[in-house]
Amino acid sequence: MKPLIRIEGVAAPLLIDDINTDMIAPTRPRAGMTSGKMAEKEFDPAALFAPLRYLSDGTENPDFILNRPAFRTAKILVAGRNFGCGSSREQAVWLLADFGIECIIAPSFGGIFFDSCFKNGILPVVLPEENVRALAADAQQAASMLVDVEARRIHSGAFMRNFDLPEFRRAALIAGVDDIEMTLRRDAELKQFVARDRLERPWIYLRTGAQ
Amino acid sequence: MSAANLTGPRTLFRKIWDAHVIADLGDGFSLLQVDRHVVHDMGGRSFLGLKSRGLALRHPELTFATADHAIPTSPDTDWSSYSNPYLENLREGVKRNGFKFFEPGKPGSGVVHVVTPEQGIALPGCTLACGDSHTCTVGALGAMAWGVGQSELLHILATQTSVQQQAKTMRIVIEGVLSRAVTAKDMILHIVRKVGASGARGCAVEFAGTAISAMPMEGRFTICNMATEMGARFGLIAPDEVTLAYLEGRPYAPAGDLWRQALAQWRNLRSDEDAVFDSELRFDVSEIQPQISWGTSPDHVIGINEVVPDPQDEADASKRERMMAALDYIGIEAGHPLIGTRIDNVFIGSCTNARISDLRSAASIVKGRSVAPHVEAWIVPGSFDVKSQAEREGLDRTFIDAGFQWRNAGCSMCGGMGDLSREKVAPGKRIVSTTNRSFVGRQGPGSRTHLASPAMAAAAAIAGCIVDVRDFGATA
Ligand code: SF4
Repeated sequence: MKPLIRIEGVAAPLLIDDINTDMIAPTRPRAGMTSGKMAEKEFDPAALFAPLRYLSDGTENPDFILNRPAFRTAKILVAGRNFGCGSSREQAVWLLADFGIECIIAPSFGGIFFDSCFKNGILPVVLPEENVRALAADAQQAASMLVDVEARRIHSGAFMRNFDLPEFRRAALIAGVDDIEMTLRRDAELKQFVARDRLERPWIYLRTGAQ
Repeated sequence: MSAANLTGPRTLFRKIWDAHVIADLGDGFSLLQVDRHVVHDMGGRSFLGLKSRGLALRHPELTFATADHAIPTSPDTDWSSYSNPYLENLREGVKRNGFKFFEPGKPGSGVVHVVTPEQGIALPGCTLACGDSHTCTVGALGAMAWGVGQSELLHILATQTSVQQQAKTMRIVIEGVLSRAVTAKDMILHIVRKVGASGARGCAVEFAGTAISAMPMEGRFTICNMATEMGARFGLIAPDEVTLAYLEGRPYAPAGDLWRQALAQWRNLRSDEDAVFDSELRFDVSEIQPQISWGTSPDHVIGINEVVPDPQDEADASKRERMMAALDYIGIEAGHPLIGTRIDNVFIGSCTNARISDLRSAASIVKGRSVAPHVEAWIVPGSFDVKSQAEREGLDRTFIDAGFQWRNAGCSMCGGMGDLSREKVAPGKRIVSTTNRSFVGRQGPGSRTHLASPAMAAAAAIAGCIVDVRDFGATA
């Protein structure tokens, strides 16, 4: 993963509540695929926000924020409540990352989506609703915003605010270290836990190959 | 902050959490042991990640798989020749890593959240993860079960652990006796409506109260299944005699001495009397009617005797706008009842409502009647074993004689991905569905979903329009 230290760029306001992952990534497997190899991550970049991004005749909706010329290179998304709720499909995160989004600021997020962001080089930031509204108003002007991961601070014009980011997450983002790597460094602890737990809850540990 | 508080009163959730902490990561986060990891076909791709990183599956004996999302449910599927790329990925992962896979079309297979309890894979007090947002279903056994994205799935394959944040706890106490023809599904639809689509966001919700303790195990799964529809991360019900009776003798549940040892621990798995929850809600469900959804958010729900709400009465501007968009998409008018609305499809299936009691309840409505000629109605059992049981009871005949399609187990139309997106609702068509999500396009692009109980869905199939099941002499 590439380190995420400072995110600077245009922010796109999208203040709709409860945008679910089906709206962010309304992709379905192609009908009739009976063979062929799958990639670990498969997605169609054109699917991002399809219900909002295109008109019913399939052409771009010129009013949708990410279709407006100033926002086509947005790196930051300022979103409504409960962003990314719904199904666990990670395509939603991949599509946003693929578009170039590196940070999403919202009053709240869907839980699985929130976790998945960290694993795909996107920083999700929770801020109080009034801050999100103020940032969205700034964003309307297509002004540049700065998200300083190291300092856990957002700057937008005169606005400046700290945000919460657990230390272990901050360290991982800055170092660009993947969480599997981090956990596997604790190999001894993992083994110790299982050895102790086996005695306390032996029914949990099924026999290998019990089929 | 997450240092174990092992002496004071604890919630059920906290007890399970504390028993699984490997390391405290600070800020309320911990690295937790995952007791059971269940993979479905869409997650099969993660094994590619394992392979490309040169990692091994850490605990094959704690890993299980079933294929449900994209497989066909057509009764004449020839499993010896059928395949699709997702299934290929999964089979390759199984072959490389040697863990239990319930092959589709064979005993034990089916929709992941139906299979894990049925096989005794999910147990009280265990942590269980799966790459699917309805994993909270099996919390009904008193387990801590949660859905993960694909990257986290890979993390669990490689480490058998997951980084989790201590969730806020919410208790929903449900009292009262359900009236005739009102089911667990109606209860949870009503609660989702009242709590809202994000009202329990991130929470571990424990369902309790006399209405829960009086409920059979299968209804409890339906309740916990839809916890995610309120934004909850976990849904839990403390194990009791009903839970234990359900689990005893299941293939992967402990037996003999291990069962007795487990029982001794499971009997303490309940929230201590003076345990404090971050929030608590109370409902009395004695008065509720059969419920049905009218919009595109799971909290867009009304009782069958109510009229569709008018957005103009909604004070919150953002909610109002979404209500208007929902009515526009669904193609119904505010201020009118839903009864009499013509439908095109009926789907009885999914991890919410495709267990044997659901099929029995639907069959009791269908018996001796016929599906309306313009309606295409499907029954998709939740698992191979549910299907076999139903066939032993002759329910298949009841459905087939009435004009229903009697299909194989799978997710099918629920997520609109069955047989790689062929099993879906046609654009603009209206469906009464026993599933859990009425999102835009959820059951196929342009599909219009009305969520309801199996009995309500069965009644709609017969009438050809949305009806009150109580007009069908329902007893269930
Ligand atoms: S039945 Fe529906 S909700 Fe359940 S796992 Fe399958 S697609 Fe998801």
